[in-house]
Amino acid sequence: MNIINPLHESHNIARRYFVVNGFDGALTMLGIIVGFYFSESVAIETVIHACMGAAIALGISGVSSAYMSEVAERKKELRDLEDAMIQDLSDTTHEDLSKTIPIFIAVANGISPFIISLIILIPLFLSHKLGLVIIDPLLASLFVAFSLIFLLGVYLGKISRTFWLWSGLRTLLIALLTTAAVYLIS
Amino acid sequence: MALIKRIVLDVLKPHLPRGIEFSTALAELGPGYKVNYKVIEVDEKTETVIITIEGDNINFDLIRDTVSQLGGSLHSVDEIVVLNENSTM
Repeated sequence: MNIINPLHESHNIARRYFVVNGFDGALTMLGIIVGFYFSESVAIETVIHACMGAAIALGISGVSSAYMSEVAERKKELRDLEDAMIQDLSDTTHEDLSKTIPIFIAVANGISPFIISLIILIPLFLSHKLGLVIIDPLLASLFVAFSLIFLLGVYLGKISRTFWLWSGLRTLLIALLTTAAVYLIS
Repeated sequence: MALIKRIVLDVLKPHLPRGIEFSTALAELGPGYKVNYKVIEVDEKTETVIITIEGDNINFDLIRDTVSQLGGSLHSVDEIVVLNENSTM
């Protein structure tokens, strides 16, 4: 029997990780693509490979780091609860959740940067695989990246019940600063 | 045959599951179970509750196991009402 909704207490954590790491993924892709955009002409395939490598690494990093930290935290919570209860909590709902919640959070943590990275790379995929070129694929990907970053800000605004436009513009400003920094350094 | 009609349990439990979920889980153990859940004491991680269960035929072993599975610790059985339904005058 498991009547403690595993999402009850952990969905806030998962949502936070989803946004934070989604932001990581979007800014990482933005930085890489901006770097390629301001460099000498480069094959789209090279950009795709570099970005996919980063996206996979971000995803694996997100899953593994969140899983290890959540397992440690849940184990500590379980031990603290056992001390307070003066009772072994093996084979209880609490032990089950200490194993399942880290998986749920780890997936949310790892999948968000990966998915967001893939979405940003869609114009590059379309250009490379299908030959669909309306505008410069790198510019199109940058536009998608900026849009996603803005939408992440809007989502944060919705969660915190602040004006969605200011929240979106704030994250967009961060994206612009990142672009400027990459341009100046490269 | 003697049937348990009412039991009063002193239970120490973690804050989760909440009282509503805890008492609902106990009520779902048998048809007609009526559960009264009363919080006596609360600290940082645990709460002491008095749980009164009434029904036509209460399965104490199942209730004890369910309390344990939900992370609770049964401290004592404070009251029991048992009825022998085969009594004849």
